[in-house]
Amino acid sequence: MAYSEKVIDHYNKPRNVGAFGSSKEVATRKDIGVGIVGAPECGDVMQLQIKVSDSGVIEDAKFKCFGCGSAIASSSLATEWIKGKSLDQAMGIKNTQIVEELSLPPVKIHCSVLAEDSIRTAIADYKKKNGLLAEATEGAAH
Amino acid sequence: MTLKFPIYMDHAATTRTDPRVVEAMLPYFTEKFGNSASRNHKFGWEAEDGVEHAREQAAQLIGADAKEIIWTSGSTESNNLAIKGAAHMYARAAEGQRGRGHIITAAHEHKAVLDPCKRLIGEGFDVTFLTPPPDGVITRAMVEGALREDTILVSIMWANNEIGTINEVSEIGALCHERGVIFHTDATQWVGKMPTNVDADNIDLLSWSGHKIYGPKGVGALYVRRRKPRVRLEAILDGGGHERGMRSGTLNVTGIVGFGMACELCQKEMEGERERLFKLRRLLETELMSRLEGVQINGHFDRRLPHLTNMSFGFVEGESLLMGIKDIACSSGSACTSASLEPSYVLKSLGVGDELAHSSLRLSLGRWSSEEEVRYAIDGIEKAVNHLRTMSPLWDLHKEGIDISKIQWQAH
Repeated sequence: MAYSEKVIDHYNKPRNVGAFGSSKEVATRKDIGVGIVGAPECGDVMQLQIKVSDSGVIEDAKFKCFGCGSAIASSSLATEWIKGKSLDQAMGIKNTQIVEELSLPPVKIHCSVLAEDSIRTAIADYKKKNGLLAEATEGAAH
Repeated sequence: MTLKFPIYMDHAATTRTDPRVVEAMLPYFTEKFGNSASRNHKFGWEAEDGVEHAREQAAQLIGADAKEIIWTSGSTESNNLAIKGAAHMYARAAEGQRGRGHIITAAHEHKAVLDPCKRLIGEGFDVTFLTPPPDGVITRAMVEGALREDTILVSIMWANNEIGTINEVSEIGALCHERGVIFHTDATQWVGKMPTNVDADNIDLLSWSGHKIYGPKGVGALYVRRRKPRVRLEAILDGGGHERGMRSGTLNVTGIVGFGMACELCQKEMEGERERLFKLRRLLETELMSRLEGVQINGHFDRRLPHLTNMSFGFVEGESLLMGIKDIACSSGSACTSASLEPSYVLKSLGVGDELAHSSLRLSLGRWSSEEEVRYAIDGIEKAVNHLRTMSPLWDLHKEGIDISKIQWQAH
């Protein structure tokens, strides 16, 4: 399968790879929202962590991904796009925008769906930790 | 020696045609172009000579008589002819029962065996698909346990195409002969690489293909035993009655000549080649396992083809790994590399977990594989696995001491 240049670029130079601490550490940090979606037996696991400022802006984001090149590129791109955005703005990112940006073929659309889900799940996690649960239900439901 | 890219390490998929094979084929395109069935002129005789010489070469490689070789278009056709042809010829019901007979095969056979068997189920045959053990080796005892009064055919491959494991073929053949059951083996990955003797190994029907043994694509052979027992097959292709009526159609003379030459070369060079490739594979496996943790060899460690390895690199997904070693041509059991988006059914059938299939890489060496190429592959794979592990959330969890199989994943 031929990959688009943008996918290859993200694969070779993934943006914002990492985590803000071990899974235990970030679980207790209120300024961090964590979204882990997918499953190893399905061949895709995405982990997105967002660091949210007091004013509700995503000031930093980190990702890790077990998955194909398109999954890595989708999650890498997601971190680029959500940085500097408010939670509501980040919630507005659609998987179709990721498909378009990375020129993903139809068989890889699920990678972009996972990336969108990881954003929503991370935001929901942040809201849950900060007692903003009512608003979060919509984002968490899938 | 300077390396040429991309490096080919997918010899289980297909092989480069040996230039000596091509040379043998060339006159049959432009000069000796006759139809081997033309009995009354020189063009026909020359073509026939080429075909019959190739039949001798093919028969010799497997210890058969030339009369027992049927030309086909490849292993898929050979398997179809063997399985459907034998089933239709020997169809019978158990005493006092309905049905057309029972067939035994295994769940990790090639699709060219599984799908003909599935079609026969639709025609009223009963098929047992043996579940392989985690080491992938089908034993005589497993087949024995599945044999029934109405079993007419057993089809067990000699060596598996994905993991290279070697089944107990001679033993299963002996069992079938004791019980009067026809025994077919898909030997596509075996013949030409490993010594084969259809008499000593108790084979009734054996499929193999030209392009896996440094011959051309589109040509294969089926060995059909003529004595003790004499095996009969119902043809799939009817027509001019070629190949003793078992496979009609004008013969692919150029392909067959190439197939014959490929068999002769394999016979001559097999022993040295086998030894050399085994050493290269051992280098590949031991280096990768010493440099990287979380690496597993899939299938039985000893009962394996010497030139093939199937390894799982834990916490790394196969397609992304292939992307990281794009100058090495090989394959993965990952879902993303298959059209169906399903991980390898062969690895799944071993019951070793889907994530291992997603993380698997099959590397298969061949006649021109060199130590330089293998060393390059080792470095490339090590680098790619490490690069991907820095990105892998599963690797982090593993490093934190968390058992990934115990986590409740949000499956999609």
